[in-house]
Amino acid sequence: MTGGPVMTAASHDGDTGMTAAPSRPDLAADLSAWTCPAPLRDYPRVVMGHGGGGAMSAELVEHLFLPAFGPAGTAGDPDGLGDCAVLTDPLPLGTAGAQLAFSTDSYVVRPLFFPGGSIGELAVNGTVNDLAVSGARPLWLSVAFILEEGLELAELSRVARAMGRAATAAGVRLVTGDTKVVDAGHGDGVYITTAGVGVLAGGVDIRPSRVRPGDAVLVSGQIGVHGVTVLSCRDGLSFATELASDTAPLTGLVEAMLAVGGGAGRGSASGRGGGGGGGGGSVHALRDPTRGGLAAALNEIARAAGGAGGPGAGVGVEINERDVPVPPAVADACGLLGLDPFYVANEGKLVAFVAPGAAERVLAAMRDHPLGRDAAIIGTAVEDHPGIVTARTGLGASRIVDLPLGEQLPRIC
Amino acid sequence: MKYLDEFADPELAARLLSEIRAVTTRPWPIMEVCGGQTHSIIRHGIDQLLPDEIEMIHGPGCPVCVTPVEMIDKALEIAARPEVIFCSFGDMLRVPGSATDLFGVKSAGGDVRVVYSPLDALRIARENPERQVVFFGIGFETTAPANAMAVYQARRAGLANFSLLVSHVLVPPAIAAIMESPACRVRAFLAAGHVCSVMGTSEYPALAERYRVPIVVTGFEPLDILAGIRRAVIQLEAGEHRVENAYPRAVPAEGNPAAQAMLADVFTVTDRAWRGIGTIPASGWRLAAAYREYDAERRFEVAGTGGAESTECRSGEVLQGLIKPRECAAFGTACTPRRPLGATMVSSEGACAAYYLYRRLEPAGRS
Repeated sequence: MTGGPVMTAASHDGDTGMTAAPSRPDLAADLSAWTCPAPLRDYPRVVMGHGGGGAMSAELVEHLFLPAFGPAGTAGDPDGLGDCAVLTDPLPLGTAGAQLAFSTDSYVVRPLFFPGGSIGELAVNGTVNDLAVSGARPLWLSVAFILEEGLELAELSRVARAMGRAATAAGVRLVTGDTKVVDAGHGDGVYITTAGVGVLAGGVDIRPSRVRPGDAVLVSGQIGVHGVTVLSCRDGLSFATELASDTAPLTGLVEAMLAVGGGAGRGSASGRGGGGGGGGGSVHALRDPTRGGLAAALNEIARAAGGAGGPGAGVGVEINERDVPVPPAVADACGLLGLDPFYVANEGKLVAFVAPGAAERVLAAMRDHPLGRDAAIIGTAVEDHPGIVTARTGLGASRIVDLPLGEQLPRIC
Repeated sequence: MKYLDEFADPELAARLLSEIRAVTTRPWPIMEVCGGQTHSIIRHGIDQLLPDEIEMIHGPGCPVCVTPVEMIDKALEIAARPEVIFCSFGDMLRVPGSATDLFGVKSAGGDVRVVYSPLDALRIARENPERQVVFFGIGFETTAPANAMAVYQARRAGLANFSLLVSHVLVPPAIAAIMESPACRVRAFLAAGHVCSVMGTSEYPALAERYRVPIVVTGFEPLDILAGIRRAVIQLEAGEHRVENAYPRAVPAEGNPAAQAMLADVFTVTDRAWRGIGTIPASGWRLAAAYREYDAERRFEVAGTGGAESTECRSGEVLQGLIKPRECAAFGTACTPRRPLGATMVSSEGACAAYYLYRRLEPAGRS
């Protein structure tokens, strides 16, 4: 760290007279939580120089990102948040048979802030959850920002603090990063890419190809909440809803499921994978149904599943529409906009394919976890129509639940 | 907004279905006019639960589906101009014109924006006085009042940079055209509930009388549709042909007089081409003379391009209820929602897309 004068928010505001701007009443409140050296004071907004790799970039890291990330960051480490992190922490799950899991995702959200969270929480929890549903314990994340010239630093700080809080809650550390700036008008404020590394305990083996006909299909809670929340505050479409995004890290829920159901498949019962209630290896596949919603997650697993015809042959999936937990506020909003809740994005939710004998036990463990209180068994993997998901409708008829083509388009009338 | 669950109650649905079964003695082909009803019937599987004698024929009431290629081509041409911000409802963006669609224009640099109301387009026009803002005003009587309101407000505010590309169509002339078709098999209609909530029911008794068909004003939730079918079958079995309102919670007999007054002020009736069907006399609206300067076709002088329809596509026959989507050779092969040949494969209200999305597992014999 280069040190340098660290000014409080009060003296910062005093120097620039920014508190006098009555149209931005939230600015002072936002600035009070972080400190800022003189060069940042000169620019209350992102300028091209913040992405230049020089002193301004370093100041952004030192005085905005590191304080905002808090204990999940690398503050105090003289080499912290550099171009490359050397991972010296001991592996938490032992090294016998351990494997690494590695994932990356980019986050593009409009608006940046919404009830229940922001792009910051999504950028941490999204990558954490991609690792968690592979059975891994997420440990380290990289963070790359693409900032739009003109973004208020106070807003960037809110995003970064959200990332710090989310990382702390998920038990991961933000260890390396990068910042680039694009011209005003060429981005939506902030784009974030995170990549994450996690560790799988020996024997844990969760992947779609382990799914077999007969597996129970479980969902961990109410669907459609995040997508409808974000839609409800999007420009040109604001409508009142009591919903708030359910973004959350799934690591704990997955570990609770594996503790009773196990996720081991390759003959190993070592470690936590085969432990607990003797159902070793019965959690066959997990997915977090984010973009594309429940329908996309089920279709992906149906196509990649093992099935009767051997690995990769696929299974059919049959769900009961009435067993899928759709909160009334989501059903109402979707009805109004002509959207299907099965295709609406989720956060902090997972879909599980579990061996039939262990389904009730895994369901009970999910319901004991705060993120799985509304968990439900919604259907079954079947031999028929491999690769295709069908739903028994509320009236008792049957229909296909297809992979979404692209974004859902609100209907005309 | 508790409607959605209450009007999908499985026990009440079972009761209505058994009532329909009890009164049905002969085959009855019934057309639901509106694409929203088609979507609901296929999504909930209502047609699978009806007695075999009741055949649902899917009508031309999907605004996306019946907008002619020529009009789509005009939209594409206007949207590609650098000075234009082209605003549209979301599901028009994927409708194929002769060469591309609005998504294609957008990716090539056109400023195409999805809005949820024409009044949003008006706001965009106010915020961008140096740009030309065009709203794609399509749809039936349901969407027309809001479009009329946008033009009315634009004129009152002197908003010279706003215009409407109009392709409005009307339900009653379409019903007449279907009944006049020599191949017509339709014996009763479920009229489009939300069209009637605007226009009322006064246009329908003459049609019911002339063509001797029951017309039942029907809603969109599963119980609404079953209630409409039940009333239609009761009339058919009794040899009656009256107009009934099975959707009174949304449809007063007189409709919405304020909306009708706005429509009468802003629009005037005109002949319209329907995609896949052809031109139907007096079957649409264009802007009235007093509002002509807000007509995007005039403002941008887009000439008719004579856009060509795919020769493989049989959406015209689908829209008239002459064939089911699966009877078209291109269905699910050359024509899918990803690469639609015709508009009925685009919108989820289109019969072909609904069959593809929800039904392609079934053997072709079952309808």
